[in-house]
Amino acid sequence: MSAPDLHAEHMTLNMGPSHPATHGTVKFLIELDGETIVDLEVQVGYLHRGFEKECESGSWYQCIPYTDRLNYNSAVLSNLGFCMAVEKLLEIETPERCQWLRVLAGELSRVGDHLTRCGAACLELQAMTPFLYGIEARELVWDLLEALTGARVTSNYVRIGGVRHALPESFAALAKESLPKIRRLLADFEAVVTQNRIFVDRLRDIGIVSKEDCIRYAVTGPVLRAAGVPLDLRKDEPYLVYDQLDFDVPVGTVGDNYDRYLVCVAEMHQSLRIVEQCIHRLGALGAGPVDVDDPHVRWPAKDGVFNRMEEMIQQFKNVTEGPKVPAGEGYLAIESANGELGFYLVSDGSQHPVKVRCRPPSFLNVQPLPLMVRGAMLADLIPTFDFLNMIGGECDR
Amino acid sequence: MEDHGSPLLRRLLDAHREATLATHADFGDATARVAPGQLIQVMTFLRDEPALAFDMLIDLTCVDYLGREPRFEMVYHLYSVTRNHRLRIKAGVSEESATIGSVTGLWAAADWMEREVFDLYGIVFENHPDLRRILLDEGFEGHPLRKDYPKTRRQPLIDRRSSDA
Repeated sequence: MSAPDLHAEHMTLNMGPSHPATHGTVKFLIELDGETIVDLEVQVGYLHRGFEKECESGSWYQCIPYTDRLNYNSAVLSNLGFCMAVEKLLEIETPERCQWLRVLAGELSRVGDHLTRCGAACLELQAMTPFLYGIEARELVWDLLEALTGARVTSNYVRIGGVRHALPESFAALAKESLPKIRRLLADFEAVVTQNRIFVDRLRDIGIVSKEDCIRYAVTGPVLRAAGVPLDLRKDEPYLVYDQLDFDVPVGTVGDNYDRYLVCVAEMHQSLRIVEQCIHRLGALGAGPVDVDDPHVRWPAKDGVFNRMEEMIQQFKNVTEGPKVPAGEGYLAIESANGELGFYLVSDGSQHPVKVRCRPPSFLNVQPLPLMVRGAMLADLIPTFDFLNMIGGECDR
Repeated sequence: MEDHGSPLLRRLLDAHREATLATHADFGDATARVAPGQLIQVMTFLRDEPALAFDMLIDLTCVDYLGREPRFEMVYHLYSVTRNHRLRIKAGVSEESATIGSVTGLWAAADWMEREVFDLYGIVFENHPDLRRILLDEGFEGHPLRKDYPKTRRQPLIDRRSSDA
């Protein structure tokens, strides 16, 4: 007997905004026919805290901690996008050492972000063990980030015209110890998951989105690459020192959840390769300045601030006012863990931004979710949503 | 009107010179300000012209220049996946009308981004399929990203609804 003979009617189900199976504060309004999703509406905005309004009322420097809290899984990348956009308006070029440090911190963040995505997706599919492998690996990544930036999550590391700290002397040794451990945990993770019958059955051919639909909806990052479009700004519009690095851009074929998983895992391996190249290069570069030599932009070194009048005044001016950014508008995009993270800035020449627009990859990647799950089972919504990796802080700003 | 050495602006000017009001390429970003009445026409050209092929609307936002006329400026960032180039299109919106045509018919991505601009700036998009607030509650009063909206303004508490639909 088919469903219409039962005089069944569609049921509307509210899922969220705080649901144990979704990491992220978001509400789904689901129209169900039995267990099949007929239609879905995604309601976002629960974590909106006025990022742009806050940025407009402060100085350029005061925006940086807010960017940490956009995508808190890879805070360095959000810092980086904003600071590079401001540098574009200031027309300053950062020293080579600083660029390698930025890439190093950024790629470590990307690994942490992808580990969270894949680990949490496993957890939400009731697989506890791979989640713990992933989190253990992320701890090691965060230990490295802590050694480099001084903080594990919201690091506030990238500054306008430079980075906060130089590479600590012990870092290369710590990395040499940690990276094989991270790789081993990643191998364990893959051994449990990649060929696992239950996992593959839950992911393969679920949540398919074609490359045409991805482009129509401006979907970027691993979701777009899983659909077969090799778009990666690190390759297509190389910034920092990415043109000197050896890495590949993994792509998928059909654009289902399994492809997204494979692309994320492959990207982690590529990022670890980049991390090694950065450490090697930074060792060859040796010690030296990690920010631009411009007292109007960069904060002076602390020993100077405490012992010399000139530096103390510079510090005071920079803290209370910050740099004046020349009037104009500029857009700068980087490849964050979720896709194109862009900042469109407008300055009127003063210390306060007129406009700080963040182009959030999460927001645009979640938009075509109804397209991906229409006709699928309710339970398939969970992994599909997980592999989009919507980060509430970034989506809702 | 100059093309500032940008082949993209050159093509735009060749096809829509009278619709283009200003151009610049500051900081390397090719930018054109177009007449709001001809926005859809220009955007359709930019998307469908094979040499330009702007298949992705990468970003859409608005800026409030309080005290200037027109007060608002819509900003569209276009990207071509096939040709790997970018263009910024802007269009002024006056305070009285606060209305502009929707580009949802050209790029599906515009749906949520236009809802966001409607929500935070109060710009109405003609022919948008589902124009309502997206980030804020429907009971929110005013549009917080307008420059005359004070940061400290309080909002009424959200009503308890009879059904949570």
